[in-house]
Amino acid sequence: MIPPTAQAQSRHEGIILSLTADLKPVRRLPPPGWRALLWLALVATIAFTLAMVADRTAVVSRLTAAPDIWLSASGSALTMVLAAIAAFQLSLPDRSPLWALLPLPAALLWIGASGAGCLRTWLVPGTHAAVLDDTKDCLVFILALSVPLSALLLGMLRRGYTLRPGLTAAVAGFASAAAAATLLVLFHPYDASATDVVVHVVAVALVIVANRAYGGRLLQAANS
Amino acid sequence: MVRAETRQTSPDDTGRDDASPDDARRCAWMAAAQAGDQAAYGALLRDCVPVIEKVARRQGVSADRIDDVVQETLLTVHRARQTYDPARSFTAWLAVLAERRAIDLMRKTGRHAVREVHAPLAYERHADESAAPRRSAYDAAATHRLSEAVADLPLRQREAVQQLVLQERSLTETAAATGRSKGSLKVNLHRALKSLRARLGPEG
Repeated sequence: MIPPTAQAQSRHEGIILSLTADLKPVRRLPPPGWRALLWLALVATIAFTLAMVADRTAVVSRLTAAPDIWLSASGSALTMVLAAIAAFQLSLPDRSPLWALLPLPAALLWIGASGAGCLRTWLVPGTHAAVLDDTKDCLVFILALSVPLSALLLGMLRRGYTLRPGLTAAVAGFASAAAAATLLVLFHPYDASATDVVVHVVAVALVIVANRAYGGRLLQAANS
Repeated sequence: MVRAETRQTSPDDTGRDDASPDDARRCAWMAAAQAGDQAAYGALLRDCVPVIEKVARRQGVSADRIDDVVQETLLTVHRARQTYDPARSFTAWLAVLAERRAIDLMRKTGRHAVREVHAPLAYERHADESAAPRRSAYDAAATHRLSEAVADLPLRQREAVQQLVLQERSLTETAAATGRSKGSLKVNLHRALKSLRARLGPEG
């Protein structure tokens, strides 16, 4: 009498033999934190390059004059870091989907500080408020910069094996959009205003949705 | 299927369970497999089978579909092997993959079951056209035409038809045997059926 597990094993012997024959040595993935750090280093390089062309004294004076811009930029930078870590965690099959919540506190700081900026614009007369024409540039900047950053991040995430491609790609999109919004501070010629905040939220949402759709499919395809 | 989702074990509590000698053995095998050790890999995959079966049963997969979950999970282990970190529990890693494949399979079969209707009387009364006596005379000729048409297909399409339809092998088995992806097999089968349909016509 053959024990049931031995029977089951022999039923799968064909696939086991073909997988064994197909075995090639693989390079184990570095820990997710290290992989996130690599992407963040590439973003920092882009930031450095952009800072070369930006008007640095204007950036510094803006940041010192309006502390809430400083706060909202820290919020978006922190969102970028946490979302990148979350995306690399989600690219591993045995990690909890709850990692997707990691960037949310930083995102609240980001939105909260930007909202406070709008309030100030309303309360202090004479502040240069953005009109829709200016904000169109913002939107284009965030979208245009998010494309290469997302592509880079998704390319790195493909090496993992995510069981939730849509969620992973959406979080990757969040990281890229937050990075683009942080870099925007270098070129932002005016204070935060209500239209400005709305445009930022719309741009970030567009990047997340596009990543979820296209990036999700890309990560799904990478799995097979 | 919500039930299956909520029953998932928390995937993040995968700190190594040092108390289990089974897990320590599997971790060592997987680490060796990542370095390309085929013998360790074979031993590991055979050792995985009962674990996957247990997970599939716990998820509520019906007995006749458990083998499908096992095969899909083994393939997933193969494709995801670079993501395993030997500092963590292998058994927990495997269980998460098996759970996901079990849920996928139940979703798929659930969708099929919704489309199917249980109507034994209608089934009994439905005329079986293939049983009509006038057709039997044409059967030999039809079979000949079909095999000719299949032989004329391009290599990949012919392979898909022969393996999946004529030999009734599963997508997973065929993919493993031919080295093609399941997606490519599906596409080729679809194209093959389309060109066969065009060539043989509605009466073919």
